[in-house]
Amino acid sequence: MPADGGIGASTRRREDVRFLTGKGQYTDDINIRGQAYVHFLRSDIAHGKINNIDTSDAENMPGVIRIFTSKDFEGVGGVPCGWQVTDRFGQPMQEPKHPVLAEGKVRHVGEPIAAVVAETREQARDAAEAIIVDIEELPAVIDMKAALQDGATKVHDDLTGNLCFDWGFVEENREAVDEAIRNAAHVTTLELTNNRLVANPMEPRVAIGDYDAARDEHTLYTTSQNPHVIRLLMGAFVLGIPENKLRVIAPDVGGGFGTKIFHYQEEAFCTFAAKAVNRPVKWTSSRSEAFMSDAHGRDHVTKIELALDENGKFLAVRTDTYANMGAYLSTFAPSVPTWLHGTLMAGNYTTPLVYVNVKAVFTNTVPVDAYRGAGRPEATFQLERVIDKAARELGIDPIELRRRNFIQPDQYPYATPVALEYDTGNYPATMDKLVEIADIKGFAARKAESESRGKKRGLGIAHYIEACGIAPSNLVGQLGARAGLYESATVRVNPTGGLVVMTGSHSHGQGHETTFPQVVAEMIGIDAGMVEIVHGDTANTPMGMGTYGSRSIAVGGSAIVRATEKIIAKARKIAAHLLEASDEDIELKDGQFTVKGTDKSVAWGDVCLAAYVPHNYPLEDLEPGLEETAFYDPANFVYPAGAYACEVEVDPETGKVEIMSFCAADDFGNIINPMIVEGQVHGGLAQGIGQALLEHCVYDENGQLVSGSYMDYAMPRADDLPSFVTDTSCQTPCTHNPLGVKGCGEAGAIGAPPAVVNAVVDALADMGVTHIDMPLTPARVWSAIQAAK
Amino acid sequence: MISVTMTVNGKPVSGAVEGRTLLVDFLRETAGLTGTHVGCDTSQCGACTIHVNGRAVKSCTMLAAEADGAEIATIEGMANPDGSLGVIQAAFKEHHGLQCGFCTPGMVMSAASLLAENRNPSEAEIREYLEGNICRCTGYHNIVKAIQAAAAQLG
Ligand code: FES
Ligand code: FES
Repeated sequence: MPADGGIGASTRRREDVRFLTGKGQYTDDINIRGQAYVHFLRSDIAHGKINNIDTSDAENMPGVIRIFTSKDFEGVGGVPCGWQVTDRFGQPMQEPKHPVLAEGKVRHVGEPIAAVVAETREQARDAAEAIIVDIEELPAVIDMKAALQDGATKVHDDLTGNLCFDWGFVEENREAVDEAIRNAAHVTTLELTNNRLVANPMEPRVAIGDYDAARDEHTLYTTSQNPHVIRLLMGAFVLGIPENKLRVIAPDVGGGFGTKIFHYQEEAFCTFAAKAVNRPVKWTSSRSEAFMSDAHGRDHVTKIELALDENGKFLAVRTDTYANMGAYLSTFAPSVPTWLHGTLMAGNYTTPLVYVNVKAVFTNTVPVDAYRGAGRPEATFQLERVIDKAARELGIDPIELRRRNFIQPDQYPYATPVALEYDTGNYPATMDKLVEIADIKGFAARKAESESRGKKRGLGIAHYIEACGIAPSNLVGQLGARAGLYESATVRVNPTGGLVVMTGSHSHGQGHETTFPQVVAEMIGIDAGMVEIVHGDTANTPMGMGTYGSRSIAVGGSAIVRATEKIIAKARKIAAHLLEASDEDIELKDGQFTVKGTDKSVAWGDVCLAAYVPHNYPLEDLEPGLEETAFYDPANFVYPAGAYACEVEVDPETGKVEIMSFCAADDFGNIINPMIVEGQVHGGLAQGIGQALLEHCVYDENGQLVSGSYMDYAMPRADDLPSFVTDTSCQTPCTHNPLGVKGCGEAGAIGAPPAVVNAVVDALADMGVTHIDMPLTPARVWSAIQAAK
Repeated sequence: MISVTMTVNGKPVSGAVEGRTLLVDFLRETAGLTGTHVGCDTSQCGACTIHVNGRAVKSCTMLAAEADGAEIATIEGMANPDGSLGVIQAAFKEHHGLQCGFCTPGMVMSAASLLAENRNPSEAEIREYLEGNICRCTGYHNIVKAIQAAAAQLG
C-alpha cells in the first residue's frame, strides 16, 4: 500500500484544509468585475392566470438595468425533463412546457414571474417590489386524489388532466398478483404517506452568467452536482448554445442531496441575461427562495398489501402509489416513483410476485424530484413497514419473519420479479451482525428499565437493499432515460511522474479529492500525494454525468481504474523499451517496473520522463506522451444492503420520541476509505431520522407553503440525534465493477425511516397503535395514542 | 452611507456601509473574507457564526454599523500563526467532522467559543451548544467527536 494511504486506508481528507481555513471557493464566493445582480419576482399565488405585468414604475427605479418577463423568452425552450415514462397503456407521459419565466399562468408559489437585473442586490429587490402583476387567482390543485377527480381544475390547460402517467409494473403480473392476494392465507394491508421533504443543502443555490462578447463565449458558474449535464440540457434544449461556446463551472459545492442535479430556470436565466445586458449577472438564492424553488423530495401516498402463506412466506406484494410531480416535470422526476421505486419492491426477499401501480399527478406545488435515495426510500419504507405489521399480526418475531424470506447467499445472481438482477449479497450476515452490535438480546431488560421510569421503549428493525451506481445506460435507456449514465476519466501523467485525474464525477462533500487518488496510487504503487483530482469544470474535464445515485466510486471510480489501466499498459511498453525486454515480461510493483525474474528495473518517474522526452524512443511503435481517457458504463446496478435497528423511548404523556440508539450494519462491498464511508452513513441516517421524526414540507389547501423557512421546517439539529453505531465488516464485493465496490451515500436515508417508525409503533403496540405517518412529532404520536385508547 | 472601522483577525478594516448592511455582508464583500457563509435568512443555521469581542455571534443578526470599533474573529483567523491548523480545526480534519464544508466555519467558531466557556463539555453539552448550527452532511456524529478530541487536547 502507498505510504500515505491506498485502498482501504482512512486517509484524512486533503480538501479539509481549505474548508477549515475559510479558503473554500463556493459559487457565491465568486465575484466578477462589473457584475450585476438579479432578483426574481416570484408568485405568491399557487395558481392563477397572469392578466398583466406592469414594469413601468420598476424600470425607473435606481440602478435598474433591465427587467425581463416571459416576453423576452419567446423562441427560447422550456427547461427539459430527462426521462420519459411510458404508461400502462403504452402511451408516453404528459409533459408540459416548463418556461424560464411564467408564461400566461403561475402554477406554484415561488414560480418566477419576472426578473430584475440591477447594479446592486438591494436595488434589484426594491425594483421587483415595484412591479405590478395582475393575476386572476384560480382554485389551487393540492391534494393528489382530488386532482384526479373528474372536473378537477387543471394545472395545465393544454393537457388532458392532472394525471402525468398511470404506470404499471410488471403489467403482465397484475392478474397473477391479484389472484395470489385473493387466495393467500394472510394479507397485511397498510396505508401510509411518505412525507414531502426539502433537501436543504446548507449552501443555497447560486448562478452567475458571464458572457464574453468578443469571443461569443458563455460561462455559467453554478451550484451543481453535474456541470456537463447542465451544459447539455441548457445549451441544447433551452438556449441553443453549442458546447464549444458554453462552459459550465461548479466549484466547491456545499451539499446537494439530489436537489442540485437538476437544471433550473435561474441557471438559464443568468446565462441568457448576461448576454442580453452584456454584463455578468449573479443570483444568490435566499433560504426562503430555496424552499419555494429547489425541487422537493418524496411526497407519495401509498396503499401496500403483502400476501403471506401460513408459514409466513411472502407470496405477493401489491402497491398503489400516488406520486406528486408538482407543477412541472423536473429533470429526473418521472424516474423517481417508477424505475427507482418499483424495481425495489422485492427488497431483500424471495417474493415471487410483485405489482406496482403509480399514478403521477400534477399539482400546484414546487416540482418534486430526486432527494437522497430517490424512490428507494419510498419503496423500502412501505415494504419494511408492512413486513413489520405482518409480523405483529402473525405473532412472528420481525427479525425471524425477514430471515424466513431472505434471498439466500447461494442464490446469486438473483433475478427479481421487478426487472433487477442482484449480483451479490448476504442478508443473513448483515442481520446477524446487527443482532450483535445492537445487543438485541438485551432489549427486554432495557425495555423493563424504561418502563420503570414511565417510558415506553420500542425496538425497530429494517433491512434495506438499494440499486445504485446509476446506471447501465442500455437498461435505463429502455426504461426511459433520454441520456446514457456512464462516467468518464482522463488520467494525465506529468513528465516527472505526478498525475492529474480529470473526472466527470463531482464532489459536493463526498471527498473525491482524497478517495480517487487512493485508488490510482494503489494501482501504480506511488504516493497518493502524487495524484491530483480535477472536477467540476466542463472546460477541463471529459463529458461526464456527475454525482448522484451513489455512483461516484462505482461508476466514476471504475472509469478512473480503466483509464489508469491504459496508462499502465502504455508505461509498461515504454519500460520494456528502456529495459530492452518484451513488455509481457515487465511487472509493475511499488512504482518500479522490473523485468520478471531479474533485478533490472526502472522507476515510474523515469518511464514518465521517457514518455515526454522521447530520445531513443520507438516512435514507430509508440506515441510520445502519457495521457489516457476512459468511459465506463456499468453492466448492472450495484446493490448495497444493510440491517438497521433503532431503539426509542416514547413519553406516553407527551408523545415525545427520543432515539436511544441507532445501529447500522451495511454491506458496501469493498471499501476504499472507511472513514469517508462511515461519514456518508452518518449523514444518510441523520436525514432518514429527520424524515421520520421532524421534517415535513406542508402546503395548505390554497397552495401556500406553510413550512417555508427553518422556523417551520424542522431540520435535525445536534441534540435531536444520537451517536450512531455503524459496521461495514460484512462485505460481498460487487461482481461487475473493477473495484468490487457498491455505493454508500444514500443507504442511511433509505434504511432509517422504517427502522424509526417500526420502533415507535413497537413501543406503543400494546396500547393499540398500528401505524403513525411521518414525521412522528409529539402531536402526532400523542394523537395516535389517544385514538387507540 | 455610514463609515465603519473594525479589527478583523487582528487587522483594521474600514468601509462605507448602508444602514441596512449586515455584518456578514460587510465581511464577505468589503473585507473579502468569504469563509463566513450565509445559509439562511432567519438567523437559524449558524453558518455565519463569528466572534465579536470574544463572543460567538451570528453575523447575519448584526448590522455592520453596530460592529463599529469591535474586535472580530472569523474562520480565516483561526489557524496558527505559521499557517498550520489550530487545535479545533485539526480535530475536525482528524475526525472527519466536515463533508461539504459549508457549515464548517460556523461550527469551528461555535466550537471555539464552547471550549472557551467549558473546557470539558459532555456529549450532551456539546450537542446542546450546537443547537444553533445546522449541518446537513455529517449527522453531527463526527463533529461531536472532533470537539471532544479538541477538548481533551486543550486540557
Ligand atoms: S446565515 Fe446567519 S444564521 Fe443562517
Ligand atoms: S459539512 Fe456540509 S453542511 Fe456541514
